[in-house]
Amino acid sequence: MKTVKLGQLRAGQQGRIVAVGAGVESAAWIQRLMAMGFLEGSIAEVVHEAPFGGDPLAVRVRGTLLALRRQEANAVEVVQDE
Amino acid sequence: MNEVETLQHLSLQEGLSRTQSKAVAQKTVALAGNPNCGKTALFNAITGGKAKVGNYPGVTVESKEGRVRTATGAELRVVDLPGTYSLDAKTPDEMITRDVLCGLDEKIEASPDLVIAVADATQLERNLGLVLELQKLGRPIVLALNMMDIAQQRGLDLDLSVLSRELGVSVVPTVATRRQGVVTLLSEVEKKLGELDGRTLISWTPTTQEEIRNRFFEVDRILKLSIRKNSVPTLWTDRVDRVVLHPLWGSLILLCVFGLMFQTIFNWAEIPKGWIESQIQVLSEGIGQLIPDGPLKSLLVDGVISGVGSVIVFLPQISLLYLFILFLEDCGYMPRAAFLMDKWMGKVGLHGRAFIPLLSSFACAVPGIMATRTIENRRDRLTTILVSPLMTCSARLPVYSMLIAAFIPNQIVFGPIRMQGLVMFGLYFAGVLAALLVAMLLRATFFRGPKPTLLMELPTYKWPDSKNIVLGLLERARLFITRAGTVILSVSILLWFLSSYPKPPEGALDPAISYSFAGKIGQTLEPFVKPIGFNWKIAVALIPSFAAREVMIGSLATVYAVGDQKSGGLELLGHRLARDWSLATALSLLVWYVLACQCLSTLAVTRRETNSWTWPVVMLVYMTTLAYLGSFVTYQLVSYLGRA
Repeated sequence: MKTVKLGQLRAGQQGRIVAVGAGVESAAWIQRLMAMGFLEGSIAEVVHEAPFGGDPLAVRVRGTLLALRRQEANAVEVVQDE
Repeated sequence: MNEVETLQHLSLQEGLSRTQSKAVAQKTVALAGNPNCGKTALFNAITGGKAKVGNYPGVTVESKEGRVRTATGAELRVVDLPGTYSLDAKTPDEMITRDVLCGLDEKIEASPDLVIAVADATQLERNLGLVLELQKLGRPIVLALNMMDIAQQRGLDLDLSVLSRELGVSVVPTVATRRQGVVTLLSEVEKKLGELDGRTLISWTPTTQEEIRNRFFEVDRILKLSIRKNSVPTLWTDRVDRVVLHPLWGSLILLCVFGLMFQTIFNWAEIPKGWIESQIQVLSEGIGQLIPDGPLKSLLVDGVISGVGSVIVFLPQISLLYLFILFLEDCGYMPRAAFLMDKWMGKVGLHGRAFIPLLSSFACAVPGIMATRTIENRRDRLTTILVSPLMTCSARLPVYSMLIAAFIPNQIVFGPIRMQGLVMFGLYFAGVLAALLVAMLLRATFFRGPKPTLLMELPTYKWPDSKNIVLGLLERARLFITRAGTVILSVSILLWFLSSYPKPPEGALDPAISYSFAGKIGQTLEPFVKPIGFNWKIAVALIPSFAAREVMIGSLATVYAVGDQKSGGLELLGHRLARDWSLATALSLLVWYVLACQCLSTLAVTRRETNSWTWPVVMLVYMTTLAYLGSFVTYQLVSYLGRA
């Protein structure tokens, strides 16, 4: 069990969300992430990485596939089972 | 906080007064749901309406309205709202949804009596969050579980009675694309409307993080109770994405899709285009024989047929272009393209989501600019709006293809790729490049700010609904023909008159047209356009084309047909131009068309969307300046190379 930022995961890796909004000032942005499904307890899986440097990411969370940049994904913290 | 409190207060009052005054009037039902939940398809299924369905976030840029008669004979007004993830409106799109639901939108005269919450049955974990939020609003709700067929195919076994009990609303499974469940849904809506005592209390307060968290915990609890057997996650979207989003293959596919688009527009459309051209020729010759020489024949042949006919021939090309765009929108490829392009969009400081409005602008800048409503930050949105008209819209296509056909040899370059298609691709590319450069410049000067965020949904692929595409296509074709029949017809007649009168004096040596009003206007303007290689006839034809780009073809055709005493309107415009213009002039005009802002509709929609006259003026001025400079450089350079 280790806690990492979602933006640090590579394609194929997943984790259970433990915190949303770490290091983010904008409350509106945190709420947007949450409304789109990034919630504590849900599983987030990095499914694809974009070309040229692996940014942005395609992340599956709560049954939907979302595209976001690594830096944006860093607001979400996950624990990986190992 | 003040604004928010006022909002709540207002909505309370509005909600009360409106429901009271409408006691006997027609009831209004609004559809609300997440983007891509099939809401617009359901709207079409209910109303049989012609609203377009898209498969990328934010395509329903305006709330659409329709009407339906229920089984009992009552007529309902149905409003389709833009898809939204929550009522905490961040984007202009979401604000429309919130304002309508709270009864705050003055354009929609009646706020809805009931809300049909639409949820994608294959994504309940996320979709039900909004349903709970809508419930909190206080308006009566009926839940439509859409795409139920796909959910069942994936093995979802849902206890609808438990779901309905736990949510406290009626639940109706629907398959919007096949109109399944619509009758049941409407009877549930009617039942619920009948139960209303005419008083709904609307309250809306901004959500806290805690509320969102609890809302989704509640969703999990309800789903745990009502799902008997969970669906097996579908794999084929993932499989397709493994190729489509692959760093190498994905980029190649992106390039091929758009390369193919331009090649087919140019090559496939030639056959129907040639057919229409020959019909117009036949018509024009027929009239030429029927009517004796004189002003009437000249008006019909040189003015009407020449002007309108030369625009109508581009209908096949424009239809093909729209077919491509509609197909890509409908199947879910557009957000993938945005995903692949995000790195580059980010480099010039554009919003990742800006790629979708910019792609739509390939069809027309008007829906493109309206699609920027999904961008929350005003700076990001303004940048996207200002560069949208630089993307090559379908109205430029007639001008491009006529000039290319007349001036560029169609030799084979490589394999199936021909020179003309390549030049066409180059012009589209030039538009994109100009848009990106201007965006970069704007972000570095007037619209400085943090790099905008991406966060968007990549919807599940679906096979496009052919009915949907046909409806969208017919709508576009109708608009194009209507324009040719109204604006272009009147411009052609006016230009015919201006170029035919006054008649030249006896024994005049120059062609008759140079003595006409148009000739005088053109000659006055000539000094201004000479440096960019335009003659006075182009100057005359350019004036009306500031209203709409494709008018240029019609006006050029009219000016040249009247001007040509030998063949009149019987010769194809391209041949005449090839004889009259140098290559430098043709290329200069092409560059002008890449860059100039010649579209009243674009300026009008910019005014509406930005709610200010500043931005349309800025748009017109910067684009015209850019066009003049671009054409100047092109003309001088090509002329110099030609001499050298």
